[in-house]
Amino acid sequence: MQPDTRKTSLSAESLPKELDVAAIKADFPVLNQKVNGYPLVYLDSAASSQKPREVINAILEHYRHNHANIHRGIHTLADRSTQAYENTRSHVARFIGGTEPEEIVFTSGTTDSLNLIAFAWGDLNVHEGDEIVITEMEHHANIVPWYQLAQRRKARLKIIPITVCGHLDLSNINDIITSRTRIVALCHMSNVLGTINPVTEVAAIAHRHGAIVVVDGAQSAPHMSVHIRDLGADFFAFSAHKMLGPTGVGVLWGKRELLEETPPFRTGGEMIREVRFDKVTWNDIPHRFEAGTPNISGVVAFDAALNYLERLGMPAVHHHEMELTKYAFGRLAELPGLEIQGPQDVEQRGGAISFTDPVIHPHDIGTFLDSRGVAIRAGHHCAQPLMRVMGKVATARASFYVYNDKQDIDVLVESLKEMRKYFGV
Amino acid sequence: MSSRLDDMYREVILDHYRSPRGKKPLQKANVLSDGINPACGDQIALSAQIENGVLKDVHVDCRGCAISVASGSMLAEAVKGRPFDEVRKLAETVRKMLRGESDLQLPEEFEDIESLKGVRNFPVRVKCALLAWVTLVEGLDRYAAGKTTEKAVVSTEQE
Repeated sequence: MQPDTRKTSLSAESLPKELDVAAIKADFPVLNQKVNGYPLVYLDSAASSQKPREVINAILEHYRHNHANIHRGIHTLADRSTQAYENTRSHVARFIGGTEPEEIVFTSGTTDSLNLIAFAWGDLNVHEGDEIVITEMEHHANIVPWYQLAQRRKARLKIIPITVCGHLDLSNINDIITSRTRIVALCHMSNVLGTINPVTEVAAIAHRHGAIVVVDGAQSAPHMSVHIRDLGADFFAFSAHKMLGPTGVGVLWGKRELLEETPPFRTGGEMIREVRFDKVTWNDIPHRFEAGTPNISGVVAFDAALNYLERLGMPAVHHHEMELTKYAFGRLAELPGLEIQGPQDVEQRGGAISFTDPVIHPHDIGTFLDSRGVAIRAGHHCAQPLMRVMGKVATARASFYVYNDKQDIDVLVESLKEMRKYFGV
Repeated sequence: MSSRLDDMYREVILDHYRSPRGKKPLQKANVLSDGINPACGDQIALSAQIENGVLKDVHVDCRGCAISVASGSMLAEAVKGRPFDEVRKLAETVRKMLRGESDLQLPEEFEDIESLKGVRNFPVRVKCALLAWVTLVEGLDRYAAGKTTEKAVVSTEQE
């Protein structure tokens, strides 16, 4: 069925301890270009990752040969499309440590997944006087839906603070998570600080008080093995586009019993079992949450992204990024005064490195680096409350993925040195 | 490319950035306006003193990038001592210049401001350069509406 468009340099059997980054780079067409006259160095994968040829080809394949709407046609293409879509669902279930496909809901992204829980589960289960707990290091996507839910239900939003080193400060956790707590929502890994949070520990405390635990896995699922059952989460949300997959595809994993008690969030086609003008019954999970025609080609191509990551092996991906992060910490230390946010111990963090220069504003850093072909993120990273806690208006952030190597970091560091000369500081 | 970069970060811009003008706090301000650029977190606190339709003095405190700080500094220098109406016109001209809607030559006395033109080639940075100007205009609007005790808060997202 598939012509040989999936050229890749890595065999299915190998689980390299060291990633062959030169071969991986060759799999990503976008990386083979000059930007502003310099070879592109892409260090913004925490915002969105680039796509390997086989993911791009999977989208083309879908539209060239197999596209039809899913779950409703009785013809061959409808069947192929449906099979491919559902195949990705099963694949996602295996990818996050082996769970049931029915527990995998496709959404448009992490933000959409979190909104689904906040509206559908939240409106049903959070009442006046209840409490919702989040942390100081959350991305806006894991703040605003809970803020809104608290407003709607007259509940109280409580915040777990962070320490000066950028870890969750759990010293007063028993005052924060109480018997009134209904939801504890936290990120698995911070997109700004890089901190990997002790989700299992927090989940145990939350569960003792009867609260559910919602984990924003947007920054963890792409970079490390996630075993959903070990994590202790009740809901786990992540996005395909940060893990080599297409944009517009997200995942919400939820425990079966929780999904089953949750009413639909968006309503329309596909999510119903029977519609009469006087009574509507809902479809089973997960279809109940997938109203309308979803991003079919995106979901289908996400399967190729998962294949790619599995061939590399998530432990190898994680190991590679830790090595890069260690190397980056060493080299960035060559710039006096440069301040790196978050844990300094590489074992406790991922490969998103936020930093500030004592004189040069992050946006000027971003523009200067771009002039040298280096793509980083600059700004508040949709984490304004955290910026306030850190006493910063913005930071520059370099983030790594499987296609980055030490030379990329060298280019970053040399460009930062040039930048300081340029701005005369 | 570097020339494009140099076109934005002209020496005069870097000079305003390194030593911003108008940072001296005012004793008697009757225009208070805060501006933010939510996309990057740039902040500006602007206060001015108007007397008989003239901007006697202006204080600009920017926390932001080189472009926003330099633009605020240039504003402070340019508007001081000028009639209210002239300042409004100038702000409008600067806005048009930055948005590429006009190639109006600014009078020679505003040549520093003219140097912000290079920002046009970096669309994502236009808001940085505009921040001080929209903040000032919002403050003047408030003043004109008689709301002198209320602090105006303006965001470049409204631009």
